Amino acid sequence: MRYSLFNLFRQAFEGHRGWPAAWRDPAPQPAYDVIVIGGGGHGLATAYYLAKVHGITRVAVLEKSYIGSGNAGRNTTIIRSNYLLPGNEPFYEFSMKLWEGLEQDLNYNAMVSQRGVLNLYHSDGQRDAAARRGNAMRMHGVDAELLDVDAVRRMAPFLDFDTARFPIRGGLLQRRGGTARHDAVVWGYARAASDLGVDIIQNCEVTGFVREAGRVIGVETTRGEIRAAKVGMAVAGSTSRIARMAGLRLPIESHVLQAFVTEAIKPLIPGVVTFGAGHFYISQSDKGSLVFGGDLDGYNSYTQRGNLPAVEHVLEEGMALMPVIGRVRMLRSWGGLMDMSMDGSPIIDQSGIPGLYLDAGWCYGGFKATPASGWCFAHLLARDTSHEVARAYRLDRFATGHLIDEKGQGAQPNLH
Amino acid sequence: MRINCPFCGERDSGEFSYLGDASCPRPDPGAADAASRFFEAVYLRDNPAGRFQELWYHAFGCRSWIRVTRDTRTHEIFATEFASNASDP
Repeated sequence: MRYSLFNLFRQAFEGHRGWPAAWRDPAPQPAYDVIVIGGGGHGLATAYYLAKVHGITRVAVLEKSYIGSGNAGRNTTIIRSNYLLPGNEPFYEFSMKLWEGLEQDLNYNAMVSQRGVLNLYHSDGQRDAAARRGNAMRMHGVDAELLDVDAVRRMAPFLDFDTARFPIRGGLLQRRGGTARHDAVVWGYARAASDLGVDIIQNCEVTGFVREAGRVIGVETTRGEIRAAKVGMAVAGSTSRIARMAGLRLPIESHVLQAFVTEAIKPLIPGVVTFGAGHFYISQSDKGSLVFGGDLDGYNSYTQRGNLPAVEHVLEEGMALMPVIGRVRMLRSWGGLMDMSMDGSPIIDQSGIPGLYLDAGWCYGGFKATPASGWCFAHLLARDTSHEVARAYRLDRFATGHLIDEKGQGAQPNLH
Repeated sequence: MRINCPFCGERDSGEFSYLGDASCPRPDPGAADAASRFFEAVYLRDNPAGRFQELWYHAFGCRSWIRVTRDTRTHEIFATEFASNASDP
């Protein structure tokens, strides 16, 4: 049923008993055209665009738990396209344009809110870097504004501008950036994909690949063997584990990243504020909670929970940036598994094994990329060629030296 | 997480900095297949969920490199030793 004002009124008069389930809960069929492993945002978006753009509707999305139970439900909901490198910027801007039309396309309220993303700078050198990034964005047709300290003060008067170590000198602002409701993105894609005929199969863990003459022709799961002409992986932090089942070693490490939420308070923070020098960023949810995070805990981990030193560090940085949060109570913290690639950029490519395709290495930038990742992975699965904005995301770039190292850290995933 | 430094004893993990996988020894640059071996050593990782050997540096202590055997699913540490004592795998 289409979500509309008319149907809302009609259901209101019928006691809201007529709403159908948002997506079907089918049993797995023995074979599909395409299997997507991973029922997060990327996997569901891939299935949706396979059906909508390429007309491939015999598609199954396999999820070991419930959809959105991994990183799609563990991020801090920020969307932005403020990248520097030519391999990245067109892709993330394509994603931003998809975000801008997403709710109408899916007929689902994903609470996309373009409230602005502000990256602070604290020195002449950082200002130069911010100006360079802003110029690179504008040369790709993306909005960017370099703000001086007075403009930042007008936007965010609650920041501590004159700390001795990192006095705030200004910021780089992308007004079209902002936030979206992460769970609603998952549910919206699931509902729209299901309506187009995609089977979303939950509680179905992949335990191995079915091979024939070297080719992947299906998967073994806890709900039986399922065959498909093509199998795509969009499993984030589990990428190395699943890839090993096919005999692949990848340039990826799994790390834990923590995030935090406080009790709800009245409107305080207008957009997203990032304090890169201090490993801290923050926004305020529509419910009023402050949502914030920092950097990785720093060592390989599959725990989906973090350790206390990183908690203490993030909170210290938060207090340094905006002492006003000192008396707000923190409600929860949680950890997600980041598939950290060796250059900090993703991989959307054929795996080298016929029939198996990779969508991986999203580091902690996966949420904002959800629509474009789905679009480009669907393009790859349907046509066996890379989409034009994802051409740089090749698996062989590590061997050939064509890295996309946005942060310039080298092959040290815990520093990206 | 607390790491048992072979020299200093058990210390908070905040005293250590992290390098990563300990099973990627530097290849012989004179070997005929040095380019592909360096690619594997620098970029490819097993990234196991479970028992894992990794290198930590006791930066705020004795400044030793330490080889730690840890479970990446639980953060349980099974063994620590000086990296210089360990034979390369």
